[in-house]
Amino acid sequence: MSRAHDEHGHHHREPESVLSLRVRALESLLIEKKLVSSEAVDRIVGAYEQDIGPHNGAKVVARAWVDPAYRQRLLADGTAAIEELGFGGVDLQVVENTPGVHNLVVCTLCSCYPHSRQSGTSRSSTAPARYGSRAWCCASSASTCPRAWRSGSGTRAPSSGTWFFRNGPPAPNA
Amino acid sequence: MDPVPSREIADMSGQAALPRKNGELVFDEAWQGRIFGMTVAMSHEACFAWREFQAQLIAEIAHAEREGESSSYYERWLHAFERLLADKGLLDEAALAERTLDFETGRRDDVL
Repeated sequence: MSRAHDEHGHHHREPESVLSLRVRALESLLIEKKLVSSEAVDRIVGAYEQDIGPHNGAKVVARAWVDPAYRQRLLADGTAAIEELGFGGVDLQVVENTPGVHNLVVCTLCSCYPHSRQSGTSRSSTAPARYGSRAWCCASSASTCPRAWRSGSGTRAPSSGTWFFRNGPPAPNA
Repeated sequence: MDPVPSREIADMSGQAALPRKNGELVFDEAWQGRIFGMTVAMSHEACFAWREFQAQLIAEIAHAEREGESSSYYERWLHAFERLLADKGLLDEAALAERTLDFETGRRDDVL
């Protein structure tokens, strides 16, 4: 039993530097056993760092900006349109903000959800009262609800038009 | 060819969810990325099913919470990974302790 374990075989907290050494030791043992290669680990870390997050969505939106036909396909069938660019695995509905229509994606499980949580989409002729305030919605707390709308980021709420409140994905840590 | 990230891994939910900032994965220190990469690599090689590791990670997190440990997410990940490898007969804990000491004392400096 290693010194990182107590009598029940459980680990205790170690300084980061010791953890780093332990991970290097582990990698060297697994390489010796030909269970992993440093190159494979490099490629995986690179792929996850590059592909997870907003990068793919940004590519889709950029394409829609410069290609009106793609934009129409994206709005008509988001899931099929992102497959054209090699993305998949999600059912996607794409909506577009216009001067008269404002879409606000709200985390399904947030206590601040402004309307019925049962409905996928609800509609209002006015902006949410607290919209634009740093306190509004869970968005001010990125750690608990990172996918929610960043209402505290300085975006200004249009005062007219129709608002659609749409359910986003559930909070990842909920 | 670069591996395509798996939704099963990227979309883990609850306490097992990968730490993110602005949607992107966060590795505060290099070793966190290495242990993540090793775990994913070995699941690609079918050394274990991802759900097996996920179950071990959830158990490790639950244990740490029960004990009031202040360990980080990837520290718990490391422990879960070691436990799973030991259970599968793929890792000798004594050999790991010895190899770690080699790195600590400078007898060894390179993973290769």
